[in-house]
Amino acid sequence: MIEAKNLNKYFGDRHVLIDVSHHFEKGQTNLVIGQSGSGKTVFMKALVGLIEVDTGEILYDERDFTRMNFEQRKTIRQEIGMLFQGSALFDSMNVEQNVMFPLNMFTNKTFEEKLERVNFVLKRVNLEDVNKLMTPELSGGMRKRVAIARAIAMNPKYLFCDEPNSGLDPQTSGVIDILIKEITQEYQITTIVNTHDMNSVLSIGDNVAFIFKGKLWWTGSKDEILQTDNRELNDFVFGTELTSRLKK
Amino acid sequence: MNLFYAIGKYVMLMRRVFTRPQKRKIFRQQLFTEFQSLGIDSLGIVVFISIFMGAVVAIQTAYNIDSPLIPLSMVGFTVRQSVILEFSPTVISLILAGKVGSRIASEIGTMRVTEQIDAFEIMGVNSANYLIFPKMVAALLINPILIIISMWMGILGGWLAMVLTGLVTTHDYVSGLRVDFEGYTIFYALAKTVVFAYIISTVSGFFGYETEGGALEVGQASTKAVVYSSILIILFNLVLTQILLT
Repeated sequence: MIEAKNLNKYFGDRHVLIDVSHHFEKGQTNLVIGQSGSGKTVFMKALVGLIEVDTGEILYDERDFTRMNFEQRKTIRQEIGMLFQGSALFDSMNVEQNVMFPLNMFTNKTFEEKLERVNFVLKRVNLEDVNKLMTPELSGGMRKRVAIARAIAMNPKYLFCDEPNSGLDPQTSGVIDILIKEITQEYQITTIVNTHDMNSVLSIGDNVAFIFKGKLWWTGSKDEILQTDNRELNDFVFGTELTSRLKK
Repeated sequence: MNLFYAIGKYVMLMRRVFTRPQKRKIFRQQLFTEFQSLGIDSLGIVVFISIFMGAVVAIQTAYNIDSPLIPLSMVGFTVRQSVILEFSPTVISLILAGKVGSRIASEIGTMRVTEQIDAFEIMGVNSANYLIFPKMVAALLINPILIIISMWMGILGGWLAMVLTGLVTTHDYVSGLRVDFEGYTIFYALAKTVVFAYIISTVSGFFGYETEGGALEVGQASTKAVVYSSILIILFNLVLTQILLT
């Protein structure tokens, strides 16, 4: 479980995270939603330590991440997998080398053992015979799947996904969503997905946290979203004609 | 960027760069890759510029010797001194600041804006050390070799120009090369080269690493890397010349 307690972050005079407290459950797909500029990306970056919060605590299974230095954080970071918005695959490496990278850096396994793990995770994300392809040769959906394979190569306890569906067609988005959900349940990972894709929210959102103007505004499940009368959340979720029809 | 703020950030980045690589085997692999991309890939331009540089110095010197009291061997002497003391270490380092510096800054800058550096950090990899340290070590080792090759090529270029134009004989040219030769000048040139290699690799790495934004900013980082590396090379050339030759 990951707990955020009273997180505050300022950029100059701008207060972008205002006393945000929330906890993310193990084995569930926890979604963070909000408009562009609401602070959800800052929140996620703060959780993984890419941005330092000004006040507050972040606990990974009761281990205080905020008080650790770079070296102390290494242990927790090796338990984290992250899927970036643009996949963030290493350009100079092929698919196999990308997925093998964390294994090379943090394990003493033989090449054969590492290759076996690489092939296993690639197969898990439904990719086979792509080991030697370079990243520019991959489609958007394949890139995301390779990035997921790399993220789970080290058997992470925590999986962060930043806008996993951005730039993908609805069908491929659905495939990625289901993959994230399956992996979360299968390996009992604490997964946090940052999204503003309503299809994702309504299909995989076990727990949903809505951030509005830097504050945690609403929490609940995907079913509760349909019932809520929270005006800001309704404006955000059912702002389009299609989703407003769904609500009715 | 405020100058003192930038220097502070550079120093802080270097503190992260100068740490023990996480995996020696990976560091060795990276080092050989960098030898290729920073050194061997630059060999062509270094050889080309050095030959023509030596040739031009030789021709200019030969045409400017009017007095019969000045021996023609002076051409070889002048080419040697010019090439070893200044042209090879300083001019070739400036060329490398353009070629290698822009490559380092754009490579690391692109990795920054495409979140690849964030991916390293999330995994617990010291990205500054992983990306900049092998480039710096490779530059410190390979640049002196490139400069030694440049010196030979410069002298060869001068000789070729003299032989082809018939202005000076091989005998005069070679005897000029041997006049009052001091081994210390080679040490002086290589000491400068090592400092310049450090400047090129770390300043370019710094500008790449601190890139924020998109493609436009990567281009700007690349330009800044070349400009600031060149300025620092010129400044340190003066300082080192003063320190090492007095």
